[in-house]
Amino acid sequence: MGVEVAVEGLSKSFGRQAIWRDVTLTLPAGEVSVLLGPSGTGKSVFLKCLIGLLRPERGSVVIDGVDLCACAERDMYEIRKLFGVLFQDGALFGSMSIFDNVAFPLREHTRKSETEIRQIVMSKMDMVGMLGAEHKLPGEISGGMRKRAGLARALVLDPQIILCDEPDSGLDPVRTAYLSQLLIDLNAQIDATILIVTHNINVARTVPDNLGMLFRKELVMFGPREVLLTSDEPVVAQFLNGRRIGPIGMSEEKDSATMAAELAHQAAGHGDGSGHEDVRGIVPQLEPTPGLPARQAVRRRRARVLQILDTLPESARHGIMAELSLEDYERYQDWRRRTTGMAMPQPMPQPMARRPLPPQPGPAQQRPPQPGPVHPNQTTPLPPARRPRPWRRDDQGGRG
Amino acid sequence: MSAPTRVGPPVGEPEYIEPGPLQRGKAKVVGALREFGNMFAMGLDVFFGLFRRPFQVREFIQQFWFIASVSIMPAALVSIPFGAVLTLQLGSLTEQIGAESFNGAASVLAVIQQASPVVTTLIVAGAGGSAICADLGARTIREEIDAMRVLGVSPIHRLVVPRVLAAMGVAALLNGMVSVVGVAGGYFFNVIVQGGTPGAFLASFSALAQQSDLWVSEIKALIFGFLAGLVASYRGLNPKGGPKGVGDVVNQSVVITFLLLFFVNFVISVFYLQLVPAKGA
Repeated sequence: MGVEVAVEGLSKSFGRQAIWRDVTLTLPAGEVSVLLGPSGTGKSVFLKCLIGLLRPERGSVVIDGVDLCACAERDMYEIRKLFGVLFQDGALFGSMSIFDNVAFPLREHTRKSETEIRQIVMSKMDMVGMLGAEHKLPGEISGGMRKRAGLARALVLDPQIILCDEPDSGLDPVRTAYLSQLLIDLNAQIDATILIVTHNINVARTVPDNLGMLFRKELVMFGPREVLLTSDEPVVAQFLNGRRIGPIGMSEEKDSATMAAELAHQAAGHGDGSGHEDVRGIVPQLEPTPGLPARQAVRRRRARVLQILDTLPESARHGIMAELSLEDYERYQDWRRRTTGMAMPQPMPQPMARRPLPPQPGPAQQRPPQPGPVHPNQTTPLPPARRPRPWRRDDQGGRG
Repeated sequence: MSAPTRVGPPVGEPEYIEPGPLQRGKAKVVGALREFGNMFAMGLDVFFGLFRRPFQVREFIQQFWFIASVSIMPAALVSIPFGAVLTLQLGSLTEQIGAESFNGAASVLAVIQQASPVVTTLIVAGAGGSAICADLGARTIREEIDAMRVLGVSPIHRLVVPRVLAAMGVAALLNGMVSVVGVAGGYFFNVIVQGGTPGAFLASFSALAQQSDLWVSEIKALIFGFLAGLVASYRGLNPKGGPKGVGDVVNQSVVITFLLLFFVNFVISVFYLQLVPAKGA
């Protein structure tokens, strides 16, 4: 299983210029997280702090009980063996062939024979679709191929934490979709903790379990994907929809004069090219390729998210409940009754079928009805031995 | 419910105060000292890295071969006129005071103790060190070094130690060659051009020179080789900015090596002259 990465109060600045302050988040073990943010908000710097390439001024990054910000160089190199990092342009060694590049970590850290190394390298090259290019030099292949070769190199040691710095930049949408699928499949197979730093909205909507956003030198939010995807925060709404109207400007912040001018333009009928639909809302998450084991992270995350459900905003709560299967819903009720003595979270919707959907029009509405508490027909075939569902009784009581 | 108040430092840039000349000067001095301290720290890392297993044999041989191949010819070509100039200068001087018989001794002392290690290192730093610096600098800005660190491989151990060791080895071996060629050049100009006596030139070798002169020459070459490799690697691993930064650090690495070289040479020479009594004194 992957390793948890706990970031606490991290601040980094270059000279006078603060990059971000007081970032606190936890990458739960074995889950996929995405960190969004406009260009230039220090996403790559954040990644480099996570691997100890840059030392932040304050705060701690704890991995496996070791604080990367305060440990000796020697421990750092040991911890780094847990990592697989995909750099923005692959960061391949220019003087070595692709094969030697991918084999480099194996040759440095293991005592495997050349035949074993060859076998492992070839399987990883196959995984990223690079077979046949292994004798080329990094300078002789395209940027997308360099990126995939970099991923293969990051994977040869079976890392427990995978960090990807903009895996989509320089890739076409189809290859980006393949790469997203590859990361999810990897997570299903080796249960590694994955952090993807990107500004690709599609990746952010479909890939992660957890989603965060950096803006204005701060972490705007970080939590279960439903929270950010249904958020009403202006920054998040603007970013997800790719609009000009909102707090994000061409330079990092926008002054009020520009904002007013833009609003005036919009009122005068000058569109900002983003279309009028709102893409916020929860879309189904990418699943591992059929035939692969189910992702353990999904189960762990569900348990974790349900425990903090009360603290989440309402729209996110709706989204999470709507995705539960009937069985999970029952279990959740049991757990609530045992721990709080109260079956329902307070603002629980009445009959689940008529529960209001998140206010935004979006793909969430077009989803086929889920098997689960959403569907009213599903409530009848319950075996009578089961505990009666309290929300139903309340409902009847209220009517009678 | 009231909105949660923000705790912590206020958002926004702290007020910027234009630094005066005094502050700027202070910042410069502190920056220079910091650079020097960092380089010293890396020097210690490299020194202890020399004894750490596994030793990177392949990288060492490649670098050794590379540095040797770019420095042998220039070193030989520089050392001939250098030895000649020393001998010619000394020849006319010794002639005036009637000490022609010591001409050979003086030139051999000057060549072996001073000229040879310095010339060797100038060549190693200028030809090999600049190439090392440019290579490492290019790798750094392409994030290759970061990638190596992330893969759990120390670039100091993997890249810098073999290079420094290769620079030391090449400097020590080249030093021998430069000494021989320099003295031979001196002999040629003294005997053929100035019409000196071949026998007197050779016989006076052992009149003033002693074996410890050869030792100190080799020790100097080793130390200078270490410095040349270290400065080149340190500057190469810390370029400022993009490709232009790499050009800048190559330039700096050569200049810094030369400055350090003459300073350290001065220190070692002073200690040597104090500690080892001259022959016949």
